[in-house]
Amino acid sequence: MTYPVAKISRQDYIRRNKRHLQIIRIARLLILILIIAGWEIATRLHLLDAFIFSSPSRIVKVIIDMATDSSLFYHLGITVGETLISFAFVLIFGTLTAVLLWWCRGAAAVLEPYLVVLNSLPKTALAPILIVWLGNNVKTIIVCGVSLAIFSTIINLYTAFTHIDADKLLLIRTLGGSRMDTMRYIVLPASIPAIISNMKVNIGLCLVGVIIGEFLAANAGLGYLIIYGSQVFKLDWVMMSIIILCILAMFFYQFLAWVEKIYTVQH
Amino acid sequence: MEPLLTLTDVNYTYQTSENEIPAVEKLNFCVWPDKFLGIIGPSGCGKSTILSLIAGLLPPSSGKIRLQSDTFGVTRIGYMLQKDHLLDWLTIKENISLGLRIHRQMTPEKEKWINSMLSEYGLAQFTEARPSQLSGGMRQRAALIRTLALEPRLLLLDEPFSALDYQTRLTVADDIHHILRSQHKSAILVTHDISEAVSFCDQIIILTKRPATVKKSMDIRLTITGERTPFHARMAPEFKDYFNQIWGELND
Repeated sequence: MTYPVAKISRQDYIRRNKRHLQIIRIARLLILILIIAGWEIATRLHLLDAFIFSSPSRIVKVIIDMATDSSLFYHLGITVGETLISFAFVLIFGTLTAVLLWWCRGAAAVLEPYLVVLNSLPKTALAPILIVWLGNNVKTIIVCGVSLAIFSTIINLYTAFTHIDADKLLLIRTLGGSRMDTMRYIVLPASIPAIISNMKVNIGLCLVGVIIGEFLAANAGLGYLIIYGSQVFKLDWVMMSIIILCILAMFFYQFLAWVEKIYTVQH
Repeated sequence: MEPLLTLTDVNYTYQTSENEIPAVEKLNFCVWPDKFLGIIGPSGCGKSTILSLIAGLLPPSSGKIRLQSDTFGVTRIGYMLQKDHLLDWLTIKENISLGLRIHRQMTPEKEKWINSMLSEYGLAQFTEARPSQLSGGMRQRAALIRTLALEPRLLLLDEPFSALDYQTRLTVADDIHHILRSQHKSAILVTHDISEAVSFCDQIIILTKRPATVKKSMDIRLTITGERTPFHARMAPEFKDYFNQIWGELND
């Protein structure tokens, strides 16, 4: 018996690969089109009540209306701004705290149970207290965004710092370096991939925190639009805000994925 | 002549939560200027501990370690670890100047020296490359230049060839031997490879099992025509005798 022979030419292989990717892309797009079309048709045929469920055409109309009077950009800008501020806080303070804990192992050991508890605590439970403590304003919203991501950031980065190859740390000692040199030449550069992948998660968490904050303590932003829209039965606003949030979350994530890619290519 | 380094009755005991473990006991030996000393012993006998003691990374529990005081350079002792540990996020040149940057000694003369070393040892076109672009042998040479940049008088080599494949090992051993000889360095080579030690060193000490102490010390005198490289040393008529002697001591 001879084994069957299958020679695949280079062009065939490339063509097959390309087609495979194309099919995936088309399937993804198709799902989106089906949802939108189904939604629109269902409301037109009064299978769904457009007043409660809104509809793609109504959302488009709201977007155009709110874009013409610029209120859309105002609310979007507020949410994006608050998210970026809390993200920056998490990045700076999270990394800084992890560095300090690395520096002072004793403090890390003492604080570990507190960090674990704070990290597992559902942060939404804190939101009402934050309003009482900080007031019905933007401070509460930013702290809400920060609180969602900061504890996991500290824990993850500290873990990443302590899991660096011990021989690399020894190398700095054999070259006569101090703890500061170890941090500067080994620990921080070796942890950049961990920091970036952590930030990819954090941007989403900050957005969640900011929206929770806006639900409770805001008079502007997409979270405010959602809560206010649902109260006055302007479901078009609610649906529009949710869709914009989807796009925003995707955009933030893609941006950081791009940063990660640039970093990997360079190193 | 005065020895470069002398260890007198050095003991080292480390503590664990269960008990205390003597790793090194009554260790006595010395290293002479411009000579290479090989340390051979059963695995886990505390060879690396001895290097850490000499490098000053661990303080001895008792005894005396003395380094000749008129030694020069940024550091007196250079330490080469088992793996090269070149940092992926730095270029080859940045990796090599790491020690100098730590000591804030990166002068134009030093930079010139680094450049000349790079071109002398076939790394000139890799100065801006990342470590991952280099072969195992090149990486080990780069790691050696990084250590030499601090002008140590004595080099500690902790199985520096063990991570390399056999063929590369022989070449890199020749390279490093040549570099150290031409720079007039003394060295301590820790290894478990008998033929590597005999081919590389002028003197060999054999250690006992833990706690490590010197079981036997022997001078290596080989009849070699031409330059004494580790590779040529393997052809010397006495090579086999030394090998057998050490083998016998280790299995005694």
